[in-house]
Amino acid sequence: MDTPLFVNMEETVSIILFGIGFTMLMLHRNLIKKILGMNIMDTAVYLFLAVKGYINGRMVPIVTNQIQDASAYINPVPSGLVLTGIVVSVSTTALMLALTIRLYERYGSLDLDEILMRAKEEERT
Amino acid sequence: MSRQRDDYEKSWWYRFRKWVDGEMDLLDEGMEIRVPDEMLAAMDGEGQDAARHPAENKEHTFSYDGRGIRYFRRFYQVMSVLLCLSIIFVLLWTVAYLPAFGNAGNPDNNEVSARYIERGLQETGAVNIVTGMILDYRAFDTFGESCVLFIASCCVLVLLRIDAADGNEQARKRLEEANDRLFEPKNDVILQKCACVLVPLILVFGIYIVLNGHLSPGGGFSGGAVLGSGLILYLNAFGFGKTERFFTEKVYRRLTLSALTFYCLAKSYSFFTGANHMESGIPLGMPGRILSSGLILPLNICVGLVVACTMYAFYALFRKGGM
Repeated sequence: MDTPLFVNMEETVSIILFGIGFTMLMLHRNLIKKILGMNIMDTAVYLFLAVKGYINGRMVPIVTNQIQDASAYINPVPSGLVLTGIVVSVSTTALMLALTIRLYERYGSLDLDEILMRAKEEERT
Repeated sequence: MSRQRDDYEKSWWYRFRKWVDGEMDLLDEGMEIRVPDEMLAAMDGEGQDAARHPAENKEHTFSYDGRGIRYFRRFYQVMSVLLCLSIIFVLLWTVAYLPAFGNAGNPDNNEVSARYIERGLQETGAVNIVTGMILDYRAFDTFGESCVLFIASCCVLVLLRIDAADGNEQARKRLEEANDRLFEPKNDVILQKCACVLVPLILVFGIYIVLNGHLSPGGGFSGGAVLGSGLILYLNAFGFGKTERFFTEKVYRRLTLSALTFYCLAKSYSFFTGANHMESGIPLGMPGRILSSGLILPLNICVGLVVACTMYAFYALFRKGGM
């Protein structure tokens, strides 16, 4: 129960999530599933960052009862970083989906290998 | 002085430079799927030729479900699983050496966050320290985020827009009909009645989140997302005809641009006066009131507008290729 991996259970979970996302990105040939994998990886990073900012037994960083002691609140910096990450991931996801739609219109397939084959054939002719 | 090589055109550096310049594809042959040697030996002469020079031999290309490709796929899957497992292993190994979870003495709880907490209320006037941090101390970071959203919506617009001037009118109309999901029920009564109740509530809730960004959890990004989802629900229930009365591409352009410009100018002013130790003249107000904390409230409104417009624009573009 005292192994470092169990103490840092939240980080462990986020790493495993990251691995799942990365495996999806590598193994699936469907572009939509690749994007899903990418989003799972993003989520893992948010979890990791949010966990890094947490301190046991402290409050959310909203000033209550005029307490302004640094030892009363959790770290606010990682929360801001997670916010940045979420916005960027929304933008990249929308961009990737739009590109996927265009590829599907052009080649009629979501399979990456098939798209590459057809693009290659088109190049030859 | 280095000796000039006569086989320079075959050297790696030359090929690499050509590839960087875009004149040559270094992976031109490499992207072709390699066939294992024993498979080559099993083939007859003609097929062997085709396998070695697929680019030159048009009629002897591999079929899509060829055995070589299947072998390659198996190999690729095994290798990628191995790669992923090794990455997970290395990262978990790192996690084992990280400082313990939730410990106050961890190195990331340093003087930066302590300063934000101890002086944030006096310097920014925001009760919510995270909002005070992202919209005051690090406001240009948030400006960059809003610009990322705006640029992403521009890119999606470029990729997905169906131009009315392009092609004849009939083709465009057909395309629009197909994009607008012909087989879904239009004017669905249940959806419309639910939307009548829900859309005002969602919009009011979104406005509340945006306006209370400096007092409670929330702010421009989350409130803007709620507002955008309310608009999307309204669009789904009543169709594009209703939303186009108040939200067109022109409105989107003007709202987003004016919000971003106001954000940029206001924050530039406040940073300029702050850096030169001048009085900015922006009252911070009583902490805890709605009209307090100086520029944070207008900046939250700007961010909320940009996010709401972008969410709605993403949906409209994906659905019918225009706003």
